[in-house]
Amino acid sequence: MAVEAETKQGNANLIGLEKTEYRGLETTLCQGCGHNSITSQIVTACFQLSIPPEKIVKVSGIGCSSKAAAYFLSRSHGFNGLHGRMPSIATGAVLSNPDLHAIGMSGDGDTANIGLGQFKHLVRRNVPMVYIVANNGVYGLTKGQFSATADQGLELKREGQNELPPVDICLEALVGGATFVARSFAGDPRQLSTLLKAALAHRGTAVLDVISPCVTFNNKDESPKSYAWGKAHEAPLHDITFIPYSPEMEIEYAPGELKRVSFEDGSVVWLKKVAADHDPGDRLAAIRLMEEARTEGHFVTGLIYVSADQPTFVEISRMSETPLARLPDDRLRPLPKTLDEINRKYA
Amino acid sequence: MSLQETLAKEDRAEPGRMVNNLSILVATVNGSGSQTANNVLLRALFKMGIPVSGKNLFPSNIQGMPTWFTIRANREGFVARKENVEILVAMNRTSLREDQLHLVPGGACLYPEDLPADRLRADLSRYPMPVTRLARESGAEASLRPYVANMVYVGVLAWELGVDLAEVEAALQIHFKGKASAVKLNFGVVEAAFHYATQNLQKRDPYRVERMRGTEGLILVDGNTSAALGAIYGGVSFAAWYPITPASSLAETLQEYLPRLRKDPQGGRNDFVIVQAEDELGALGMAVGAGWMGARAMTSTSGPGLSLMAEFSGLASYAEVPVVIWDVQRVGPSTGLPTRVSQGDLMFVHSIGHGGQRQVVLLPGPGECFEFGWLAFDLAARLQAPVFVLSDLDMGMNQWMVSPFRYPDRPIDRGKILTAQDLDRLGGFARYRDVDGDGIPWRTLPGTPHPKAAYFTRGTGHDENAEYSEDPGVYAANMARLGRKYATAAKLVPAPILRSNPGARIGFVGFGSTDPAIEETRHELLGEGTVTDYLRLRALPFTPAVEEFIVAHERTYVVEMNTDGQLFSLLKMDIPQGATRLRSLAHSDGLPLTAEWIAGAFRAQEESSHGR
Repeated sequence: MAVEAETKQGNANLIGLEKTEYRGLETTLCQGCGHNSITSQIVTACFQLSIPPEKIVKVSGIGCSSKAAAYFLSRSHGFNGLHGRMPSIATGAVLSNPDLHAIGMSGDGDTANIGLGQFKHLVRRNVPMVYIVANNGVYGLTKGQFSATADQGLELKREGQNELPPVDICLEALVGGATFVARSFAGDPRQLSTLLKAALAHRGTAVLDVISPCVTFNNKDESPKSYAWGKAHEAPLHDITFIPYSPEMEIEYAPGELKRVSFEDGSVVWLKKVAADHDPGDRLAAIRLMEEARTEGHFVTGLIYVSADQPTFVEISRMSETPLARLPDDRLRPLPKTLDEINRKYA
Repeated sequence: MSLQETLAKEDRAEPGRMVNNLSILVATVNGSGSQTANNVLLRALFKMGIPVSGKNLFPSNIQGMPTWFTIRANREGFVARKENVEILVAMNRTSLREDQLHLVPGGACLYPEDLPADRLRADLSRYPMPVTRLARESGAEASLRPYVANMVYVGVLAWELGVDLAEVEAALQIHFKGKASAVKLNFGVVEAAFHYATQNLQKRDPYRVERMRGTEGLILVDGNTSAALGAIYGGVSFAAWYPITPASSLAETLQEYLPRLRKDPQGGRNDFVIVQAEDELGALGMAVGAGWMGARAMTSTSGPGLSLMAEFSGLASYAEVPVVIWDVQRVGPSTGLPTRVSQGDLMFVHSIGHGGQRQVVLLPGPGECFEFGWLAFDLAARLQAPVFVLSDLDMGMNQWMVSPFRYPDRPIDRGKILTAQDLDRLGGFARYRDVDGDGIPWRTLPGTPHPKAAYFTRGTGHDENAEYSEDPGVYAANMARLGRKYATAAKLVPAPILRSNPGARIGFVGFGSTDPAIEETRHELLGEGTVTDYLRLRALPFTPAVEEFIVAHERTYVVEMNTDGQLFSLLKMDIPQGATRLRSLAHSDGLPLTAEWIAGAFRAQEESSHGR
């Protein structure tokens, strides 16, 4: 991602930090990758909310999405863990220090394939954290296999046609008992930023499914800028590593409107903003909304469901104010007389 | 002077009476509530001062299958399992034929009176018991009768062997945690049975127990309880687990004791958390997340669960995250024999994680589960690594006579952690730089309020600054540093325990729950004129003492409960200069190893290779 011009004096947030202090490393993802838009919005949201970066931890799984955890908040501790196992690392980390904000960065393969079990259990426990899925329906790092969120009928160059119905991450989250479910699109920075801030403010698990097109692998052969087309027209020196350029996209659309978004490579995503009269506090309505969207073949974006009623896993655990990770020695080791009592019991 | 030596000096029992030297086999049906009776009997013998062990040999089933409990009482302190027993309590008629095979000639058999006596071996002393009648007359409601019925054999055994009824009552008090009505009901049955036996039976066998002073100052406790308590005094603050036999009771004991011992002094809230995870992947993943954050984190499992933990073990090792992992071993491979004992995970745990990793593994003996329970946290924090503790079903689930738990003799070790003040002073840090030359770098905890505190933890290749790197030199240097760290671990782990006899040219090496069987074997061999030394290993990596021991003996026999001689192989690999001196005594059939087997296998090898 291009580094913006130096922030001018006076652009500090409420805690006196400038936006640059929320940045991460230079991205190594493909140019035009939707994930870069997401990381950029995370930077913006945390900056604007004036959260000290040291009060945030980043956790991620494995994949392009999970690599992206390095591309924001360099001043926050991060843990790029195992494929599909980010939820368990996050659970242990959050319980050990609930004073920190946790941002989980995952992908569709990481969450809906290998990590579906851990994802559902994290949601069920209502572990307080933001759980972002950068969802593009394909595996990037292993070069273009279908993920479980790939659309039925989608054709990919090497994999052929996907015959299986997709896993809908938002629907899974809802059914699993999630207390915050939202969907956005990487190319809609305004909505994404708003939802991120809402997610950071939510006290339980906030699931944010972000449609984030893969410009490299999820495209169509017949498209003029497809992988096949590019290869047919490439100069001999550029072999299979040829990657077509595709700029990040930004779109605008009104609530309630159904929108067809075409990419330069020919793929299409249907987006529909949640109608203004949708009550995000109504779980049944949320499930119906998702199901209707599925049968009609489009994505709903926006805040789908939110509830502040459920206790979080931290609250259920009834831990003391001092985080477990910060307990002093005298609260970790009971006094000698307690051991004498135990010894008497087994004598 | 050891217990054995002290006792060896005592007078032998007079001929015709066998005092404080017997094994009892209680054959019951599982789910019948015989555990109370067995543990009460065990505790009563222990309280009479007689060295004892109790081993529950049970099937992986909830109700209705044959199950056995063996008690060994031995005045000389040898409490390993015996191949044969002197006394059979035959409460299960379906297994009677097989159970009788374990009785020595002229052994004693207690049995419910409705069992056809002609099915018993002719050489046995027979003691029929009116089990149903005494249970009915106990006043217990019908649903409890099958349970109190087991107290009948406690009462008859007390008569037959001379068990002090006052100690039986005291043991019942402990078992029922002082609940008067339960103690009264059960003890009533014991007394009725004792009375019945006095009036109706005649003692025909030579087996007796008598009060002695062989358990003074000791406690009787299972290894999983010891391990959990050790973890609590080691400051465990985060435990995640998934139910699995035979490890479950370790986490359940944490659940029992943590709320009592580790409450916030002000508000009475918890200074700990225990999570029953969705699986073992989740359990270790949570513990790793907690360890990374700075909590004292652990999990406990057995072989199949450990298989699921392999990936996280590798990550924790390479990303250098402290975490404690108890493996209470059962019989594999695969699901294996879930309720049977083995030491078959040693090789797996040693190298768990792909790509050439070697792990730090503690090998507690029966009396060390508490100590290693707290020590493991200090080592994990100091080494910034997963520390595995290898127990087994016999050690973990059965009752052992051990020294009382000793309060940790040193303060809690948090390892190398930099605070915000340190960072101010240093101006920053490199997460994986070997500043001290011991291979152990410094770390910061997430949440440290300093702009230079953060680093990015990853399982991918990384440089000193924790940044992704595929640079060959960087990779090789990092692996070399991890090698130095492993060498440092060898200096920090518990040293092996040496038991030597002057002039010994033969050595034994073993670890864990086989200790009593090895000691008994050595005692037996000494009686035959074969002098041996014994090195009980307590950790991987091997300390220099291991090599010294092997090269100092003509032949060293490596005793272990697995089929493939895993410790034997590791020793040959790590100490090649001693390889030709090593012999393998590996055996696994699901049951705790006996001195009979070790001595027999030892003699066979000695004869085949040196008796020519």
